[in-house]
Amino acid sequence: MTTLAKPEEAAADRGGSSSSPFLSVRDLSVRFSTEDGVVRAVDNLSFSVEPGTTLGIVGESGSGKSVTNLAVLGLHNPDSTEITGSIRLAGQELVGAPVRELEKLRGNTMAMIFQDPLTALSPFHTIGKQIGETYRKHTGASKKEARDRAIEMLTKVGIPQPTTRVDDYPHQFSGGMRQRAMIAMSLVCNPKLVIADEPTTALDVTVQAQILDLLKDLQQEMGTAIILITHDLGVVAKTAQDIMVMYAGRAVERGTVREVLKNPQHPYTWGLLSSMPSLTGPVDIPLRPVRGTPPSLINLPTGCPFNPRCDHREQVVGGKCTTERPPLAPETGHATACHLSVGQKQSIFIDQIQPRLG
Amino acid sequence: MSNELTLDKPSATPATGEPLLQLSGVKKHFPVMDGLLFKRQVGAVHAVDGIDLDVHANESVGLVGESGCGKSTLGRVVTRLLEPTDGKLTYAGQDITHASRKQLAPIRSEIQMIFQDPYSSLNPRHTVGAIIGAPMEINGINPKGGVQNRVQELLETVGLNPEHYNRFPHEFSGGQRQRIGVARALSLSPKLIVADEPVSALDVSIQAQVVNLLQQLQKDLGIAFLFIAHDLSIVRHFSQRVAVMYLGKIVEIADRKSLYESPRHPYTHALLSAVPEADPDDVRERIRLVGDVPSPINPPTGCRFRTRCWKAQDKCATEEPPLVQLSGNLDGHLTACHFPEDGSTAVPEPRAAKEL
Repeated sequence: MTTLAKPEEAAADRGGSSSSPFLSVRDLSVRFSTEDGVVRAVDNLSFSVEPGTTLGIVGESGSGKSVTNLAVLGLHNPDSTEITGSIRLAGQELVGAPVRELEKLRGNTMAMIFQDPLTALSPFHTIGKQIGETYRKHTGASKKEARDRAIEMLTKVGIPQPTTRVDDYPHQFSGGMRQRAMIAMSLVCNPKLVIADEPTTALDVTVQAQILDLLKDLQQEMGTAIILITHDLGVVAKTAQDIMVMYAGRAVERGTVREVLKNPQHPYTWGLLSSMPSLTGPVDIPLRPVRGTPPSLINLPTGCPFNPRCDHREQVVGGKCTTERPPLAPETGHATACHLSVGQKQSIFIDQIQPRLG
Repeated sequence: MSNELTLDKPSATPATGEPLLQLSGVKKHFPVMDGLLFKRQVGAVHAVDGIDLDVHANESVGLVGESGCGKSTLGRVVTRLLEPTDGKLTYAGQDITHASRKQLAPIRSEIQMIFQDPYSSLNPRHTVGAIIGAPMEINGINPKGGVQNRVQELLETVGLNPEHYNRFPHEFSGGQRQRIGVARALSLSPKLIVADEPVSALDVSIQAQVVNLLQQLQKDLGIAFLFIAHDLSIVRHFSQRVAVMYLGKIVEIADRKSLYESPRHPYTHALLSAVPEADPDDVRERIRLVGDVPSPINPPTGCRFRTRCWKAQDKCATEEPPLVQLSGNLDGHLTACHFPEDGSTAVPEPRAAKEL
């Protein structure tokens, strides 16, 4: 096993965080031991989220988006997972925290909205009971109080006739309503941090728009910090303030929505943007997908993990792409992990990428 | 596959001449049964409820709509995996509405299907060679040079290594599996391919690879496509004509330019406005639709969209709007609405998400 991070980089990271953000993840690595070898699902990842803001994490399947957030919630099986680094929620260290501590936080201070509400909700219990369960556990409320709270939450997320729908089972709800119920469930204890893992992927565009609006409204009302995991750059553009693009368990580009979508600087982000047809772009030219397929996380390519699929690696002097892993630089603001020089990136983007995006 | 290919500019108007596939008033209702001992029909799911649609040779027609609008059922009716309840289905001048298995056999080889899920649509116990060769074996076709040769040719066409002939589906990634599905659909040199959400299970970058592959094949082999998807931007990229379905009916159909630039049906307008674009400067006003799609067991009277439409009036509840060419529309742009949009129509006041 190689060392996690270059020591000077890690030290600089810690030194740089003078004011502590609400959620701060530093040098997080998550590894799973499997029969085939060690899967490095997340590798030396750092990010932070402030209250009242939304961070969009974008990437393809297997890029480590979900694994990162399950690590924040402490939901990995400790027997087969090795987690290193630091996750601080409001100053409290979560990596290595005892299970009891995490239990107090989960559902209370931090909560999760899952992708598929039909599998995340229990078919045997009424919606009201499932919403109230979390509330009772964390506040010690009575059954009656929990039911009232469930009705209140259902009203808040816009379920019609909440007093009768509270006794319905999940199968009696439509897809959009189930996702609303899931949101009600995650917000029942007024969490400070909500992790939404592909909350609208299973939904139609019209319902997706409703759910994203709802999340935004509730965030404004309660000042929640949201981590939105998605593969849809459109969804991020509509809801988030900051974006982190992940590839093979690492952040390859980070910045505000405007910086990353208007002036992307990493070849992978270029590839993602030119793979997506838009509603207004030209139709008679083929899309420009990223070549090849994502790498195996057991046998990562040496150097930059994106180098086998990158169109621009010949332009890097000294062939550093296959030997040296690029760090995410600069420390703050709009950052990319790529060996191309700032000038090269800017000119490639303006000359080759921007005209294609229309 | 080269990235530098350019595609011919598709014509905006539907192709002339005899259509390859013709649907007129096609309906598919599924019975709803009830009763303990003696089952009796208590209703029907009006999955597809009177569709008129032509697909010409060499053309790609897109079919969009929310889940439950009947677009997949329509795809299955076209391939005759389902028998229509009513209406007429014509393929190359031949009525196949109620054709028997035997009568269908020669036609089936010309209409192929690509499925949504590349994991469940390939038999895990068969090798890729067996999967792609099966259609030829079933139809008793012995291509020149043998089946294996043809299969390897097909693998190459879809951008896979021909030497992977003996591998099993689990050795391939999602995008590669979808390519295997495409190769299987191509094995009988079909004239029409029904692609039911062929890329929605794939990652963005892989999605683009498969869309490019399909587009290349359409151009090279002149196959007509019925492209079913819920992603409006992909449909726009792939199809020359696009039909929008709502609750078993086509509410608007037009060439892609007219449909995406000047939609006349409020539903089309709302759908388009709900698509999030990856552009922080996108200032399009979004129409927030109220509630969910009504049940197809009991579709609303009159216009089916009226329960969610912000323009609905009394007339909409009593009279069903016909699918016609409105004044000001190009040829072939048909809309089913009593109070169509005119492009400058004011967008309704946005309401708080909670009220919806």
